[in-house]
Amino acid sequence: MKVIVCVKQVPDTSGKVAVNPDGTLNRASMQTITNPDDMNAVEAALKLKDETGCKVVVVSMGPPPAMGMLRELLAMGADEGVLISGREFGGSDTYATSQIIAAGINHLGIEKDDIVMCGRQAIDGDTAQVGPQIAEKLHLPQVTYAAKIEKEGDTVTVQRMLEDGYMTVKVQTPCLITCIKELNEPRYMSVGGVYESFKKPIAVFDFNTLKDDPLIDLTTIGLKGSPTNIFKSFTPPPKGVGQMLEGADKATCEGLAETLAAKHII
Amino acid sequence: MDFNLSQEHLMLRDLYRKFAENEVKPLAEEVDEEERFPMETVKKLARYGFMGIPFPTKYGGAGGDILAYAMAVEELSKCCATTGVIVSAHTSLCCAPIFENGTEEQKMKYLPALLSGEKIGAFGLTEPGAGTDAAGQQTTAVLEGDHYVLNGTKIFITNAGYASVYIIFAMTDKAAGTKGISAFIVEKDFPGFSVGKKEKKMGIRGSATCELIMENCIVPKENLLGKEGKGFAIAMKTLDGGRIGIASQALGIGEGAVEETIKYVQERKQFGKRLSQMQNTQFQLADMHTRMKAAQFLVYSAACKKQAYVEAEMAGKKGESYSADAAMAKLFAAEAASDVTRRAVQLYGGYGYTREYPVERMMRDAKITEIYEGTSEVQRMVIAANLGVK
Repeated sequence: MKVIVCVKQVPDTSGKVAVNPDGTLNRASMQTITNPDDMNAVEAALKLKDETGCKVVVVSMGPPPAMGMLRELLAMGADEGVLISGREFGGSDTYATSQIIAAGINHLGIEKDDIVMCGRQAIDGDTAQVGPQIAEKLHLPQVTYAAKIEKEGDTVTVQRMLEDGYMTVKVQTPCLITCIKELNEPRYMSVGGVYESFKKPIAVFDFNTLKDDPLIDLTTIGLKGSPTNIFKSFTPPPKGVGQMLEGADKATCEGLAETLAAKHII
Repeated sequence: MDFNLSQEHLMLRDLYRKFAENEVKPLAEEVDEEERFPMETVKKLARYGFMGIPFPTKYGGAGGDILAYAMAVEELSKCCATTGVIVSAHTSLCCAPIFENGTEEQKMKYLPALLSGEKIGAFGLTEPGAGTDAAGQQTTAVLEGDHYVLNGTKIFITNAGYASVYIIFAMTDKAAGTKGISAFIVEKDFPGFSVGKKEKKMGIRGSATCELIMENCIVPKENLLGKEGKGFAIAMKTLDGGRIGIASQALGIGEGAVEETIKYVQERKQFGKRLSQMQNTQFQLADMHTRMKAAQFLVYSAACKKQAYVEAEMAGKKGESYSADAAMAKLFAAEAASDVTRRAVQLYGGYGYTREYPVERMMRDAKITEIYEGTSEVQRMVIAANLGVK
């Protein structure tokens, strides 16, 4: 059994966000982190490893510096890393990205009791599309927004967190699960893990590695293979100061209703 | 000469910082205020391998080096000097002497539980009448058949009460002077061993500092560490290593004070401008940072020299002494930390004197680094002796 975790290196938006004149993120001038939801996916995989002794493989698509992020995940306890990297893959939108990552996972091979885990969404694009698209391309059943995961034999019971409650889903392996921050608290690297991480393998899958996969075609990957067109990106203007009404009495409530009505909200 | 940290050390520093910021800093004030040993933090430190950094994986260590250990104490002490000294005393004063002087049986028996952090270690050398004059040991050890009987009292013992394993020094031959001192591995549950009064201290108030009492304490013969009469040499060698730990603690305290002060002076306004805009503040912080940077070079250099020594000894060669390097690192880092934290309080003004801000705690914590594991005066003696100045 193995758990394949898809991870993305993203700009650290907790610090200063740098924006280019054309409105795109100036990634080069920002610190990078592992996407927070992906860390929850890694932790979920490592917990399964603690319980079952399964293998954990972390997979990322990105430029060579993403190797450092993979090394940190190996220092947390993952066993192997895979960096999918190549010029042909640059400029991919979520459709093309999931196409390439799915091909990468195919190259690793999916067996009967394997699980693919992803974070719900990345903090730079916030689409939440790549995980579900990978599942579709690999023909795997998928469960999104996992807040709790339990595995027994080849059945995984997942509690999905929705806006208004929870939904419990049972799914057979192999499957794909997207994880949210409520799922767990990611562990740190360990001191011994840092040293071990340099002895663990990180494979690089480039275009040549994946070119024979039916999913890979120069018209379905990279900028050319991306159906998404960005017309404009901009920094939204900061919201104005809100109006605060204090009190729980009838008059305050009526005041609130009047204000909302005046703005045609109710 | 390469002043760049390796990839491993950079990753470790990142880990240490995240851990210290998230797990250690939020407790620092409470641990000081309540004089409480942060056991919950020690358990987390154990989980992530902080309790056995510079020891081989064969014994359950993390497989790191002395620099990696020094950096851990530094980063922890930036946030909480109590946490820093718990790791330092455990590593340098208990695990290291067993690793460096123990038989293979002793190492296999004690190191796995110590290095995994399941057990905490401590060191008992100081006595009421034997502080800087460590040769004046009054504790005695008499061999009776298959065991030694220890009698005496140790004071100011870091980690006492929470530690399960103690390195204890005692006289096996009173007439032989320092050559009559021997070292023992003593477990807290050995008959006749007890922990006495806890000290109320000025700083590092969360660290447990207690008396150890041995009343006809029975220690199995196989727990003699090294040979009989070699205890003083073991103690001195152990303290050489310990000084790198305390130097790292002092380094962290001083750096922590600089970081806190930089934040504060950018917020605090007087005379219509931020304190950071005033030249006195700029010059003070420039000096403070420079002193800590110099301390860091001395500490890292001593750590690397000890690493070279350990590697040589493990290869069966004679390692080059790092005694003077450790003494210089501790002397300079401790005095720099005291000076820098005092200046930090001054820059904070009245608020710096209150317990609402961390710098007064750092100033109290810094002082001990000039005293324990060899006072600054002892460090000067070691350095001068190394220069051949007698």
